[in-house]
Amino acid sequence: MINKEVRNADEAIHDIANNATLMLGGFGLCGIPENCISALVKKGTKGLTCISNNAGVDDFGIGLMLQTRQVKKMISSYVGENAEFERQLLSGELAVDLIPQGTLAERIRAGGAGIPAFFTPAGYGTEVAEGKEVREFDGKMHLLESWLKADFALVKAWKGDKSGNLVFKGTARNFNPMMAMAGKITIAEVEELVEVGELDPNQVHTPGIYVQRIFQGKDYEKRIEQRTTRIR
Amino acid sequence: MALDKIGIAKRIAQEVQDGTFINLGIGIPTLVANFIADDISVVLQSENGLLGIGPFPEEEAVDADLINAGKQTVTTIKGSSLFSSAESFAMIRGGHVDLTILGAMEVSEHGDIANWKIPGKMVKGMGGAMDLVASADNIIVAMQHTSRSGDSKLLKNCSLPITGIHCVKKVVTDLAVLDILPEGGFKLLERAPGVTVEEIQAATEGTLIIEGVIPEMKID
Repeated sequence: MINKEVRNADEAIHDIANNATLMLGGFGLCGIPENCISALVKKGTKGLTCISNNAGVDDFGIGLMLQTRQVKKMISSYVGENAEFERQLLSGELAVDLIPQGTLAERIRAGGAGIPAFFTPAGYGTEVAEGKEVREFDGKMHLLESWLKADFALVKAWKGDKSGNLVFKGTARNFNPMMAMAGKITIAEVEELVEVGELDPNQVHTPGIYVQRIFQGKDYEKRIEQRTTRIR
Repeated sequence: MALDKIGIAKRIAQEVQDGTFINLGIGIPTLVANFIADDISVVLQSENGLLGIGPFPEEEAVDADLINAGKQTVTTIKGSSLFSSAESFAMIRGGHVDLTILGAMEVSEHGDIANWKIPGKMVKGMGGAMDLVASADNIIVAMQHTSRSGDSKLLKNCSLPITGIHCVKKVVTDLAVLDILPEGGFKLLERAPGVTVEEIQAATEGTLIIEGVIPEMKID
């Protein structure tokens, strides 16, 4: 097995250049590559196009990169929790493509799976359909949507081994497996990095072939957006 | 008297059928889960990759890695499963989810829905709503009948950018339960307790179809 371990986030992202296109896993703040985001803020890489379902909150996740004006364009499905995002968008400082969530997930999957385009019913009859080929299948209208790929995919998993096999936990899986497939270089940060052979092959969610670099992250905050509990 | 959010959620819960898979949107739809009858069994789907949403966790069981589409901490039920966003929307587009309940800013008499954008003012994004409304066979909308300024939100045609066309089958508002007919028009089925047909008519800009005596909703 090829050893893909790097020491830390700084080493993992060292060659992400200005104007790169990135994919960042996560849904809300759940399953986001916290360490890589911090390293990118520290490095100050500019002009980034970020493909991510959400844009973090004002002071966490991708929100940190928005505050430092490192993001040129966001490709997302929902950005409602981020006032700075909305401000930059409405003022024209930030470009944004809003894409239906299922279409976003499938475009990323297609990018990793070598499927250049596919038809989906989502968005037919809306402004999402503008300029897109429409075709009828079984009496229902569908839009042609194309694949998405990235220079780097930054994903977060619960466990991984040094050959890049990944295991996710809970709903922190979300966009991470497809993004791992669609990055030219995929960087995985994990809470627990184990030796090759320690993961049960039956339990691997993302096969290591998709991952080029892996490291054990540190100081995970795993911030909760809506802490909701019940009384016993 | 017009229903509050809890009342709307309670009324929608009566529409839920035994043995179905349901996707609940953010807001009032999420509340519906609390009022589903004990004697029926349903499975709640969360677009972020969970089938079998359980109740909110007790304080010590909060897990940052387990949230619903509204980013609230949740639990799993026995028999639940976890998966990626691509798999989640395969379930949704593939027609495996039986019922979608979501909120709206506007609904038209043709079943069009608008709930993702107010040009120049608010840009939240569509999230999974466009995939859901383009795919689900049965869509119920939970909403207020009028805006804060009193303008009808049940319209002939939506004025806001739409999320999907010809998709909404039923609307439950603070004032009424209405079916959207395949040929167009809001058919009034029930009134909120104490609300008159005239009040509903006045609050509905779209075509309102009234046949016979309209009963009051029965809500515990």
